[in-house]
Amino acid sequence: MKIHEYQGKELFAKYGVAIPKGYAAFTVDEAEAKAKQLIAETGSPVVVVKAQIHAGGRGKGGGVKVAKGGAAEARAQAEKILGMQLVTHQTGPEGQKVRRLYIEQGLDMMCELYLGAVVDRDLRRIAFMASTEGGMEIEKVAHDTPEKIVTVHVDPTVGLSGYQARELAYALGLEKYGKPTIAHFAKLMAGFYELFVKEDCSLCEINPLVVLKSGEVVALDAKVNFDDNAEFRHPEWANFRDEAEEDPTELEAKKVGLNYVSLDGNVGCLVNGAGLAMATMDIIKHVGAEAGVTPANFLDVGGGATQDQVTKAFKMILKSPKVKAIFVNIFGGIMKCDVVATGVVAAAKELGLSVPLVVRLEGTNVELGRKILTESGLKIEAATTMADGARKIVAAVGGAR
Amino acid sequence: MSILVGNNTKVIVQGITGSAGAFHAKQMLAYGTKVVAGATPGRGGETFEGSVPVFNSVKQAVKATGCDTSCIFVPPPGAADAILEAIDAGITLVVCITEGIPVMDMIKVRKVLESQDPRSPKRARLIGPNCPGIITPGSGEGSKGGCKIGIMPGHIHKSGHIGVVSKSGTLTYEAVGQLSALGIGQSTCIGIGGDPVAGLDFVDVLELFENDPDTHGIIMIGEIGGGAEERGAAFIKAHMKKPVAAFIAGTTAPEGKRMGHAGAIIAGGKGTAAEKIKALEAAGAKIAPTPSDMASTLKSMMS
Repeated sequence: MKIHEYQGKELFAKYGVAIPKGYAAFTVDEAEAKAKQLIAETGSPVVVVKAQIHAGGRGKGGGVKVAKGGAAEARAQAEKILGMQLVTHQTGPEGQKVRRLYIEQGLDMMCELYLGAVVDRDLRRIAFMASTEGGMEIEKVAHDTPEKIVTVHVDPTVGLSGYQARELAYALGLEKYGKPTIAHFAKLMAGFYELFVKEDCSLCEINPLVVLKSGEVVALDAKVNFDDNAEFRHPEWANFRDEAEEDPTELEAKKVGLNYVSLDGNVGCLVNGAGLAMATMDIIKHVGAEAGVTPANFLDVGGGATQDQVTKAFKMILKSPKVKAIFVNIFGGIMKCDVVATGVVAAAKELGLSVPLVVRLEGTNVELGRKILTESGLKIEAATTMADGARKIVAAVGGAR
Repeated sequence: MSILVGNNTKVIVQGITGSAGAFHAKQMLAYGTKVVAGATPGRGGETFEGSVPVFNSVKQAVKATGCDTSCIFVPPPGAADAILEAIDAGITLVVCITEGIPVMDMIKVRKVLESQDPRSPKRARLIGPNCPGIITPGSGEGSKGGCKIGIMPGHIHKSGHIGVVSKSGTLTYEAVGQLSALGIGQSTCIGIGGDPVAGLDFVDVLELFENDPDTHGIIMIGEIGGGAEERGAAFIKAHMKKPVAAFIAGTTAPEGKRMGHAGAIIAGGKGTAAEKIKALEAAGAKIAPTPSDMASTLKSMMS
């Protein structure tokens, strides 16, 4: 789960990670009022107006503007940014509409650094990465100059040690700003680690992390992603969720407990298990790519889906205008074939089956599942194997075109 | 012969009174698995299916029944705790089926596993979480009489000499179904799960298969993300004489949808299907061109 920069900074403040003063704003009037308040509080006329979307690269896309001329200029910038379709390297070409702003005090900095934390799945620990190349795309730094990224891994029973924080501080060259800066960084690291663990993060990035003229170390940006598996112990995440930032179909799927990803093709897929779902996409493309037949979606109904969930999943596929045929590929383990069959039949009877349907069932309760499909009276083509199913679905789309 | 589990494995089901635990415990019993105990805090003293005693703790169950292997169906909030309880009680193989355990919990579990003395015969191994489990098919009708620990459909298996190891549950069934359809049986099939932090890795299972005299060939099924397949490839190259057929799911998956980009930085650009396939081919494994060709690809290597 992703959250906005201003929400991430609320968490930073809670854990003692220093941030500039700032306020969220949802309208242009509010932006002006917050800018006025900020200028009064800081005694400086410089404020930054920042677009809040769930994607990085906002500055380059024109979503971050410095206003040096007071609240009126901040208002003018807010007018330009709020409501714009912001395109960055992470949004795709269609961009993302800006619905929220963050008004932040402007600061004089001496350098821009990068600090990130992630679960390293190879070493099975939280890894902290730091680089002197702040403000750049870190993917590019990793690719072009990997030696400029320094990493430490944290033992979960010990926690982040002081020497590890110092190791990163020296790698970032902070000693040239004086001892207090090193101490300030170490304190920030301790808070950053605590935040990552207690808030069940999967990724946290501060890009850039800056050193001010006063020698203080401050997080100028905040990217915080949560581990979806931990949602059960974080009821407060509901307040962070911004549904306007999510793909509507994927959101609808998530609400009924399904894992759905929209793709560009024409074959709707309903599969159980992420691996089999990916493999089903692979084989459709393998057999059908030359004929222009490719998957329209990734849909994993999971292991323990109910009949109702299957019905909803099948309806989502049926409703998609780009779908020219549907491939149901189930190898039941926990998932029982009869549950899938009943769910599919219920959805098809309710909405009508306007496109060819190929079903391959195998595994738990397979006989019962096949019987339900046969007795439904629906026009369903049965497949014996995945390859057989892929060939039949490709032929079906070919015939329909 | 087989690896890790067989006829004499004594199983405890943690979470046996829940709906998933109860359903699959029954299926395991029907298959012939020696389910000797169940554990659910607060339900100690009950009997499951008229024959399996339920205990309040795993320790009590170990003392009373001598169970050595656990199968966990405990829901995510308590699942990591259940794994730790099993390890502490002296269970040597913990199979965790539960899907959706927070990664922060698994990092702690992993640390406990790694803190054990690697030479100790009593050290615990973990399979999963978020996996179908492990099965050594029996020689009876519908492969019954073996040891099935988990949620896989038992009847698709067939006793024999091929080992299967996979990150994906349903793709494991797919491979097994293909093998059995060709009349090729399996020694042991293991789903290691696809979670970012888990127990046994491809390398661990490949080593067990290589050292098992009754396993003659292996199907390995990976998917995009992480570096476990590349580590497996390095092991195959350095240590394995037995043939390995492999399939990597996700060749056509859109980039960045499932993997956080910062994770890819740490892995040094690893994680794509193309890179994994390249590493496995260079190690001498043969790649199945489609997921429907896993068994036939291995068969072509077995002569």
